[in-house]
Amino acid sequence: MKYKGRYGQFGGFYVPEVLNGVLEELEEGFYRYYKDEGFVAELESLYKDYAGRETPLYFAKRFSEYVGFKVYLKREDLLHGGAHKVNNALGQGLLAKYMGKTKIIAETGAGQHGLATAMIGALFGMETKIFMGVIDIERQNVNVHKMRLCGAQVIGVQGGTGTLKDAINDAMRYWTSHAEDTFYLFGTAAGPHPYPTIVRHFQTCIGTEARKQCLDKLGKLPDMVVACVGGGSNAIGIFSGFIDDKDVKLVGVEAGGKSVASGKHAATLVAGKVGILHGSKAYLLQDEDGQVYDTESISAGLDYPSVGPEHCLLKDLKRAEYVAAEDEEVLDAFEILIQKEGIIPALESSHALAYLISLKDKLTPETIVVMNLSGRGDKDVSIVEKYRPVK
Amino acid sequence: MKTYKEVFCETDKATLIPFFVIGDPDMETSFEIVKTAIDAGADILELGIPFSDPIADGPTIQKADIRSLRNGMSMAKAIEFIKRVKEYKDIPIGLLMYYNLMYQYGIEKFCKDFHQAGVNSVLVADLNVDDAEEIQGPAKAAGLDTVFMVTPNCSDERIAKITEKISGFVYTVSLLGVTGGREKLSDKVRPLVAKLKTMTDVPICVGFGISKGQHAADVVKAGADGVIVGSALIKLIEANLENKEKMLSEISEFITEMKEAIAGV
Repeated sequence: MKYKGRYGQFGGFYVPEVLNGVLEELEEGFYRYYKDEGFVAELESLYKDYAGRETPLYFAKRFSEYVGFKVYLKREDLLHGGAHKVNNALGQGLLAKYMGKTKIIAETGAGQHGLATAMIGALFGMETKIFMGVIDIERQNVNVHKMRLCGAQVIGVQGGTGTLKDAINDAMRYWTSHAEDTFYLFGTAAGPHPYPTIVRHFQTCIGTEARKQCLDKLGKLPDMVVACVGGGSNAIGIFSGFIDDKDVKLVGVEAGGKSVASGKHAATLVAGKVGILHGSKAYLLQDEDGQVYDTESISAGLDYPSVGPEHCLLKDLKRAEYVAAEDEEVLDAFEILIQKEGIIPALESSHALAYLISLKDKLTPETIVVMNLSGRGDKDVSIVEKYRPVK
Repeated sequence: MKTYKEVFCETDKATLIPFFVIGDPDMETSFEIVKTAIDAGADILELGIPFSDPIADGPTIQKADIRSLRNGMSMAKAIEFIKRVKEYKDIPIGLLMYYNLMYQYGIEKFCKDFHQAGVNSVLVADLNVDDAEEIQGPAKAAGLDTVFMVTPNCSDERIAKITEKISGFVYTVSLLGVTGGREKLSDKVRPLVAKLKTMTDVPICVGFGISKGQHAADVVKAGADGVIVGSALIKLIEANLENKEKMLSEISEFITEMKEAIAGV
């Protein structure tokens, strides 16, 4: 490997030897093409015409009145596929093509990354396999159906808990014996080097656009940027535009599940301890011995016991603050945004909204907050219906 | 404490190294399984500490890990288990594990405690040689050998880098993939063993996908000094969870059969 892939003490590539050569090839491919003129031009054009970039920065007027400060939503929910995941899937899918791979695999939790990958598989005519926990298949069956319509094979993963971490385990296992023709399209800015760097790179468009839109529209930078954090790809995407702007406060909102105190949650940065999972040193939810905990959250997309290494570093450097929102608050936030703006947010993004609502009337009315609305909630309507039947 | 060197020198035949997950399916049965393997002629033991997320392992060992963890395995119990085995017989023990368990235990303390319990070497499945220095100092200080894997996709340069850091034996992975029995022996293993023979003096043991006497005989013919068999044995545990007697007799028969296959080379 050419680079260490470290963010402070975090990150690295803690993988079985058999994956070392495979990751080395990926690293080599990424650094060969990511600045290549042809690659960049092709990706730009796909971002614009296929995915629908740039996405608007929308002033949510009625929601702002409700919380008592100015909230601008970065509308990644308007992208093709319904979430920011398409940014990364297009980037890595194109990289796969440039590297001469003919098949792609991916893991998925909520199904958004699986769907984005299945779409890109269809777009590039590549055979696609999606590894998904059996529990997640059940709770996100609309996305499963869409993936299958795109021609992807959805492989149910039992593993320990049948959720995202088990899907990653199985995708990695599969990759070790199929790397010759298969590209592993990893969904979040975590996992072994070079994935945190690659995923971050393909998600920086969110932050770059948002920063420019703030300057163009408001003539200044926001006071705060907020995003939900599972593995952390949408958050690192939007944070990346503002990390160097020391006066902009960055807040990541994790899944508090039932509550952090109850242990039934996925708030890794809030309650985890440094450890090693999926090839990366990062905060990790684990027991005394180092066995990884089962996580619990209403949103499948945040149900991950580890987190991207750069977020770990931002936390330690105190450059970003990480908090947790509980399921009940998230459901409230989901409803309030719909009622105030007619926008259905993903349950993942609703965690960030819940944090904003927790700040209701606590900030001055002039305070400007940019929130990454990372995905739309159509996929979640039936889940919410179960918790909160519409009367 | 018996060393690898003694074992590899004592026998003019290749060694048989069965692999078990400590505490699979439960502590008591696990101990009887290991005793059975020793009595049947195991030369060295490779023992796994179960982990919640074993990415280098196929379904058979994953299930063994889950069985063991559900029945209350812990690091403290693993040490007790190893001590009991060593009391039964002074046989060299190699540990196979995932890094997070060692990291949480404390690397120095881990090396000290487990060496004291009777462990000869440790192989951390998800710590590759680029980060070897994270454990090598403490391991050396405690007297623990560090084993690393060599895989068929390693370049010559990479093999040289790995073998330089290895003490104990080379864990040669026969195929590109995870652990688990396969019908046929990978065609990648013979050339890899032959190449390793020219590159290092450390004993070469081969594992992954070896499930039949013929596989064992073939890798020994190719020049291997040891054969590691895991999933094929663990399948016998899995298949006989309700009948302990049958489980132990099948394990004993299987090891005898493997020993004979190796002896016949």
